[in-house]
Amino acid sequence: MSYELGLRCRDCGKLFPSQPLAGCDACFAPLEVHYDLDAIAAAVGPEDLRARPRSMWRYREFLPVPQASSERERPVGGTPLVSAPRLAQALGVRELYIKNDAVNFPTLSFKDRVVAVALSKAREFGFKTVACSSTGNLANALAAAASAEGFEAYIFTPADLEDAKIAGTQIYGARLIKFQGNYDHVNRLCSEMAQRFPWGIVNVNLRPYYAEGSKTVGYEIAEQLGWRLPAAVVCPMAGGSLIGKVAQAFQELGQLGWVEPSGVRICGAQASGCAPISRAVKQGREEIEPVRPATIARSLAIGNPADGFYAARTIRNSGGWAEDASDSEIVEGMRLLAQTEGIFGETAGGVTVATARKLIEQGKIDPDRALVLIITGNGLKTLDAIPASTTTPVLQPKLRHLEAYLAAPSPPEAIPA
Amino acid sequence: MPCNVQIPTPLQRFTSGATSVACEATTLPALLAELSGRFPELKDRLCEPDGRPRRFFNVYVNDEDIRFLGGNNYQFAAADEVMILPSIAGGSR
Repeated sequence: MSYELGLRCRDCGKLFPSQPLAGCDACFAPLEVHYDLDAIAAAVGPEDLRARPRSMWRYREFLPVPQASSERERPVGGTPLVSAPRLAQALGVRELYIKNDAVNFPTLSFKDRVVAVALSKAREFGFKTVACSSTGNLANALAAAASAEGFEAYIFTPADLEDAKIAGTQIYGARLIKFQGNYDHVNRLCSEMAQRFPWGIVNVNLRPYYAEGSKTVGYEIAEQLGWRLPAAVVCPMAGGSLIGKVAQAFQELGQLGWVEPSGVRICGAQASGCAPISRAVKQGREEIEPVRPATIARSLAIGNPADGFYAARTIRNSGGWAEDASDSEIVEGMRLLAQTEGIFGETAGGVTVATARKLIEQGKIDPDRALVLIITGNGLKTLDAIPASTTTPVLQPKLRHLEAYLAAPSPPEAIPA
Repeated sequence: MPCNVQIPTPLQRFTSGATSVACEATTLPALLAELSGRFPELKDRLCEPDGRPRRFFNVYVNDEDIRFLGGNNYQFAAADEVMILPSIAGGSR
């Protein structure tokens, strides 16, 4: 048994026993898992964690999963928090870290975390088939984990999803179906599916459990900083779930006294071509107006973000801000991260770096205090976004040709501007 | 000119189990008022006290979010398929 007490409506507070349900039947607001935090505080302290493996399961008391470790649990999470002095200098801040979920196990995005929790719950609820709607990373993650854990899986995506993400899903044996339309059309259909089929749809009827996996990003950041909270984080926003859960993780650690409960400025990053949450924050609106996405950052192309309202509220309440980046700024952000720190993040990573730059320039982030950028996926998954270099030299395999090339007055840069 | 309104599973218990309802209303506010009038228990679920639709459900017309079609200004056409769907879906076992 875990420390979860059940589900609770985020709007009206109505309580529900633990079950595959994502929306309140009284007010339709999202449900969240709630816990006996006092019991957690009594059961475990930061020093108990030291002997545990560096994976998301390190924080199992805070998750709706069985408390005994099992061999079934795979080494998900525990990704590096990388000190980034060169990027810090480029952005004009003193202390910068990259939370690098681009190397998460097994499918190179933070979605491996949320899937791990969702499948633990799917098993508990007796589901044999799991499913999701996805812009790509969730598809990869669910397909991989479902195969490893013996579930049948259906993956539903927009028809124009990048080939790399399609191949990176089908390789695991999941049944992938594309729909003509964008992610919002697919997601709406999944809501209908949840009413019709006995499936564990991880981002629909298992959503409250799935969401909990994202808290581990926050716990890890705090522990990796030496049980210290950063002054600010910049987090990309698609559906709007991750950013709220990272904030919640910081808040829980403060409540338990594991860190100084200092306020963290929670800052959100979106692509300008799909920025419903960022716009609401910048315009001081509570309500999110949906948009039709048009951005190379397809992993963030959710025009009707299910958790957008709460993401905007979290940002505002924390004293944070939001911004968004154009397609060219996104690519430039990807390049900057790669060329300063050797980390190749996907388009969402470019969004995060570009947005951080804007927030720093606008004075929304204190340049003298610790800042963490959350890089949620690997750049190899979004190669389409990087324009192909047209000036790659092709030489005869003779030493004198190479010498002549290198000696030429201005050999082309390795990657052109 | 009636449009056909699909009622989501969690609300069907307020429509005596009806999965869809034909409505004469021509705009969304009128539609919500019509549904609330015919099924009084739906009113508090669908509407804020001032009659605006509540935050956490979406309205689709022929599979398109009504907010892209003009929202409250959209004029329902005959045989429009209207769907009310919680933005966060519940589930079935």
